[in-house]
Amino acid sequence: MRRAGYWLLVSVIAAYLLFPFYYAVVTSLKGGSDIFRVDYWPAAFDFSNYGRVFTEQPFARNIANSLIVAGGSVLVAMALGLAAAFALGRVRFRGRASLLLTILAVSMFPQVAVLSGMFELVRGLGLYGGLAGLVLSYTVFTLPFTVWVLTSFIRELPVEIEEAAIMDGARTWTLMTRIFLPLLWPAMASTGLLTFIVAWNEFLFALTFTLSNQQRTVPVAIALMTGGSEFELPWGNIMAGSVVVTLPLILLVLVFQRRLVSGLTAGAIKG
Amino acid sequence: MTARETGARPPAGREPVSSLDRARTRAAWLCLAPMLLTLVLVAGWPLARTAFYSLTDAGLSELGGYAFVGLENYLLREDGRWYGVLADGLWWRAVGNTLLFAGVSVFCETVLGVVIALVLDAGVRGQGLMRAAVLIPWAIPTVVSAKMWSWLLHDQFGMVNDLLLRLGLVAAPIAWLADPDLALWSVVAVDVWKTTPFVALLVLAALQMLPRDCYEAARVDGVHPVRVFFQVTLPLIRPALAIAVIFRLLDAMRVFDLVYVMTGATDATVTMSVYARQQLVDFQDVGYGSAAAVLLAAGVALLTVIVLMAARLDLGGGRR
Repeated sequence: MRRAGYWLLVSVIAAYLLFPFYYAVVTSLKGGSDIFRVDYWPAAFDFSNYGRVFTEQPFARNIANSLIVAGGSVLVAMALGLAAAFALGRVRFRGRASLLLTILAVSMFPQVAVLSGMFELVRGLGLYGGLAGLVLSYTVFTLPFTVWVLTSFIRELPVEIEEAAIMDGARTWTLMTRIFLPLLWPAMASTGLLTFIVAWNEFLFALTFTLSNQQRTVPVAIALMTGGSEFELPWGNIMAGSVVVTLPLILLVLVFQRRLVSGLTAGAIKG
Repeated sequence: MTARETGARPPAGREPVSSLDRARTRAAWLCLAPMLLTLVLVAGWPLARTAFYSLTDAGLSELGGYAFVGLENYLLREDGRWYGVLADGLWWRAVGNTLLFAGVSVFCETVLGVVIALVLDAGVRGQGLMRAAVLIPWAIPTVVSAKMWSWLLHDQFGMVNDLLLRLGLVAAPIAWLADPDLALWSVVAVDVWKTTPFVALLVLAALQMLPRDCYEAARVDGVHPVRVFFQVTLPLIRPALAIAVIFRLLDAMRVFDLVYVMTGATDATVTMSVYARQQLVDFQDVGYGSAAAVLLAAGVALLTVIVLMAARLDLGGGRR
């Protein structure tokens, strides 16, 4: 009885979490006017919405844009953040705690607060409407996020290795590249993955700093999909597009579940 | 004896003593320099420019051609009437909506997140799969979840109305997103769905670090599980819970995409971020929009200080 109750509770939670996505899949597989009939089970397997989402707008291009921007953001954040996280996680120096707090504050700050200054910066550098402008503006949240999560991972590494290396007379640079980097791959993978998801999902800058359909990233493309008239949203296309961009994320989550959770919680629990 | 010879670290808050420590500190700042310079360029500079523009009448199409207007964008009295962001009823509506959104959604997320974490923690089998299921709403792009829920909540063809009608709970379809009295709550419900997983995962991680013997002792003594939760578990997970709440609160205060995609910039759901961007981009009024952005930033900074102080006081109280 207790066990049955427990499994019922688990099923209710699972249904709550998964149903919206399930319903999006069911909807995306319906063609024509079937879409306006509510079905709780897959009623059709019509893939025409998936074809249309790629032909009625440059959706493949949008996906490529998102991949480039999110991937570029991860690389930039990792390149600039790794050494910083090493210093913050490993060296005790004056002002470290307040520096960490500042970094956290930057990543939690409302993006709208820098919007006009960022617009000026992006346009001043001639990057307005391009993907490089998005990578530049995303740095404002991807870099502090990367540093924060990496720092908490680096703190977890055993001190003994480092002390042994110091005894051997290794210099800081050798210490970093030879000793820590190999140990850090898992942490870098989790952090990179989380940063990628955060950048992939960004909307405000992508909406404001792109001009044409060709330059849009996936979230903006999905948000601005329109049909024949203003009052007639192409729900089939929207659901198909949503499923296309969410499926890879769900696969990532299933495969890297443990890593993602450790990255998400590392920053918060022990910080 | 230097710190190096004993293998001990210098106590926190004191200058490093040995030359090795000094060299390490120098190396640390060298490692930090690229990141700090970048943050100054992409965060500090734009923030300063936004604050600067809030004192001008700049327009979006020609940012260069501006004149200083002082605090006019914030508040101005002319011909016996008040102008500026602080005198705009819609701004205060946005402030109210944002606070209501943040307060209610973070409260629901915390309660629901703790419940889900407790359920997952209690289970032995299938925990990995459930954890993956919990991560899915978190990983789905906000815009996509906004669209998925807009479709579920569609007034004519939505599944939610269909279900409620079939169950006989409502007599007529409900306009979840168009009805001004309901729209904000619909957005809150979607935010709860989307971000409860974050709280649940943090709490679950905290729960799994707790010593099991407390529970054993309580169970042997026959203490009711609900009492065990409030008297043993909750105080122990409070630090983790406080961090989750602070993160969520700050995130909710800047809410933009969910509201923008689900309801647009309607009065019923306008938030501070939506308001500022609308002034800035749609109305091309960079000065006025920047003023709103600065007010939002100041509000969030103030809230952060208050919450941090409250959290610290709480922790101090817990230690007694």
